[in-house]
Amino acid sequence: MTREGRTYIVSAIVEHKPGVLYSVSNMFRRRGFNIETITVGASEQKDLARLTVTIKGDERMVEQVVKQLQKLIDVVKVSILDPEYTVTRELALVKISTLDTKVRSDVINYTEIFKGHVVDVAHDSLVVEITGDSDKINAFIELMKPFGLKEIARTGITALSRGMKSARME
Amino acid sequence: MVKMTGAKALIESLKRQKVEVIFGIPGGAVLPIYDVLYDSDIKHILMRHEQCAAHASDGYARASGRVGVCMATSGPGATNLVTGIANAYMDSSPIVALTGNVPRAFIGKDAFQETDIVGVTTPITKCNFQIKNAKEISKIVNTAFYVASTGRPGPVLIDLPKDTQTEVDDIEFDNGIILRGYKPNIEPHPLQIEKAVKLLVQAEKPVIIAGGGVITSGAPQELLALAELLVAPIATTLMGKGSVPENHPLSLGMLGMHGTITANKIVPEADVLLAVGTRFSDRSTGKVETFCRDAKIIHIDIDAAEVGKNIRPHVPIVADAKLALKAIYDRLIKSFNKNERSLWMNRIQEQKKQQAEMENKDGMTPPHLLVELRKILPQDAIITTEVGQNQMWSALYLKTYKPRTFISSGGLGTMGFGFPASLGAKVACPDVPVLDIAGDGSFIMTEQDLATSVSWNIPVTVIVLNNSVLGMVAQWQRMFYNRRYSAIDLGKIPDFVKLAEAYGAQGVRVGSPEEFIKAVKMAMKSEVTTVIDVPISSEQNVFPMVPPGAEIDKIMIG
Repeated sequence: MTREGRTYIVSAIVEHKPGVLYSVSNMFRRRGFNIETITVGASEQKDLARLTVTIKGDERMVEQVVKQLQKLIDVVKVSILDPEYTVTRELALVKISTLDTKVRSDVINYTEIFKGHVVDVAHDSLVVEITGDSDKINAFIELMKPFGLKEIARTGITALSRGMKSARME
Repeated sequence: MVKMTGAKALIESLKRQKVEVIFGIPGGAVLPIYDVLYDSDIKHILMRHEQCAAHASDGYARASGRVGVCMATSGPGATNLVTGIANAYMDSSPIVALTGNVPRAFIGKDAFQETDIVGVTTPITKCNFQIKNAKEISKIVNTAFYVASTGRPGPVLIDLPKDTQTEVDDIEFDNGIILRGYKPNIEPHPLQIEKAVKLLVQAEKPVIIAGGGVITSGAPQELLALAELLVAPIATTLMGKGSVPENHPLSLGMLGMHGTITANKIVPEADVLLAVGTRFSDRSTGKVETFCRDAKIIHIDIDAAEVGKNIRPHVPIVADAKLALKAIYDRLIKSFNKNERSLWMNRIQEQKKQQAEMENKDGMTPPHLLVELRKILPQDAIITTEVGQNQMWSALYLKTYKPRTFISSGGLGTMGFGFPASLGAKVACPDVPVLDIAGDGSFIMTEQDLATSVSWNIPVTVIVLNNSVLGMVAQWQRMFYNRRYSAIDLGKIPDFVKLAEAYGAQGVRVGSPEEFIKAVKMAMKSEVTTVIDVPISSEQNVFPMVPPGAEIDKIMIG
């Protein structure tokens, strides 16, 4: 189901054990909520993982998402992050063909401007690591297209609230 | 700590949960558990199909208010439970399902009779577990019973790989539970109670909708006390039948697609609607966009996800129904000037009178037979139903007086539920008559458990309203598909009298209302299950009916 509306970032603390990602993603599928991005990894607390989901929708849908997530036994805490008080980051690895050697220096220049890193160099390609919000990564990818973009791997958004306001388990 | 096998730890943990009975079928992957059961004082009732084991545990749970337990082996045994688990999930019934699985080393290898039952049941259980070692069994059993029976109740599944059943380890009981992510909110927020009270005080035409949550939380007394104080009539959902005695002047009967004329006319006239323990299912609300659009809605439910899901209330109260109703009552009793509401009550009386005049009950018609049946049943008799016309006729014409005496598959609408559920209910309440109101189509789906009923001496009465068709489908094809009857004729129906006798049960065919009543009286005294075959016309419709998607006061009556 595609939905219009703004993008929401939902941050959840979940039990760090097998099957939890399945039950979370299954709930989204079952209820017809569309996941734009999902990231999961260890949190600051032992045995708990932080799951960050971005979804597009209206307020009512997001309220249901939060409630349905909270209903899952392995989900410990859920919060919606306010974009104004949230740091969001995404990481992308971008492979560019550099058969044409003139391209190589252009790519390196752009990478510096975007504060990225060249993380792999081969005779015929470069891999660039770029971090930032999604718009910045989109912009970099657009720039690379004419050079012979080979492959892209993006992590999806991960996020934390700014300051002391936190989605921590009390 | 005591050294024992996982299977022993399981049975010991169940005993500590005061489990008296398990409905199940053994198989290769649960042999170690059945070996322990051999010496145990927990009764095991051998069913003839795992679906019936799940439904029987569900019926047991609904009749008794306690957790029902069912068990099956791996693979097909486990998947056969699935319909019963889904049914319990939709109707918030607390059951614990135990399944065996292949030994740990074989999991994921597509071994013989391996099914990923944890994966299959994830969306239809409150939570589920696969046992990793014998040591954790007691803690997981404790957790399963706690989750199944608290908050909004529901099914929990525990999958036990065979070698965790035979593994010997030091087992500790009474080791509590760990659930960081599960804290049912049962106390109502005082501020929300205040808001609800404010609306109710100003109401001129208050109406209460009571759902299954009122029964689950044991709140019928609180409900009636509040209704009488407010002089607010009560409509129930199908699941809410039994939350209010249906002969009470404030009872409107069932609401919704096959609701009573009174309930469906009065509810939309409300200015303040108090909905308790209901999820505003499409079958209750009709067209949801316009449902009670002029009313201020107060919604009490223990499941936060139900509040605002289908209907956005003005006052949401996430709490246990009993505590919330009591809190509203306690707050109101201090300040409320009791109002006779003579105008509102007159309007309701007039509607009830109109309904009574429209009801034509005679001959071998289900409405007449069920009204006559009710007259001879004790108030605490337990009715289960199958699904379809038999169910809606029962809901409309069999008045319910006490909680947990009307047991029906509401959310999932599972044909074949009523009979095995009646067996579970009879096991839970051996001293009251239990009757399954069935259709021929539904009864055929689980009729093989007549063998269970006879072998285990669980006498129930099955009333088969036999029209030789899938009646509700036929009704829809008659009404909405221009009488193009597609695949509804059941053709050669078995002779239910002979069928019952073949299982060692008793069979009777009746040809008149008098014979019917005589047969029921005989069946209720019988020590063996009785199947009463009641031939009826295949042309009968269940009325009143609200067409799907229409507003609930757009009632068709024939």
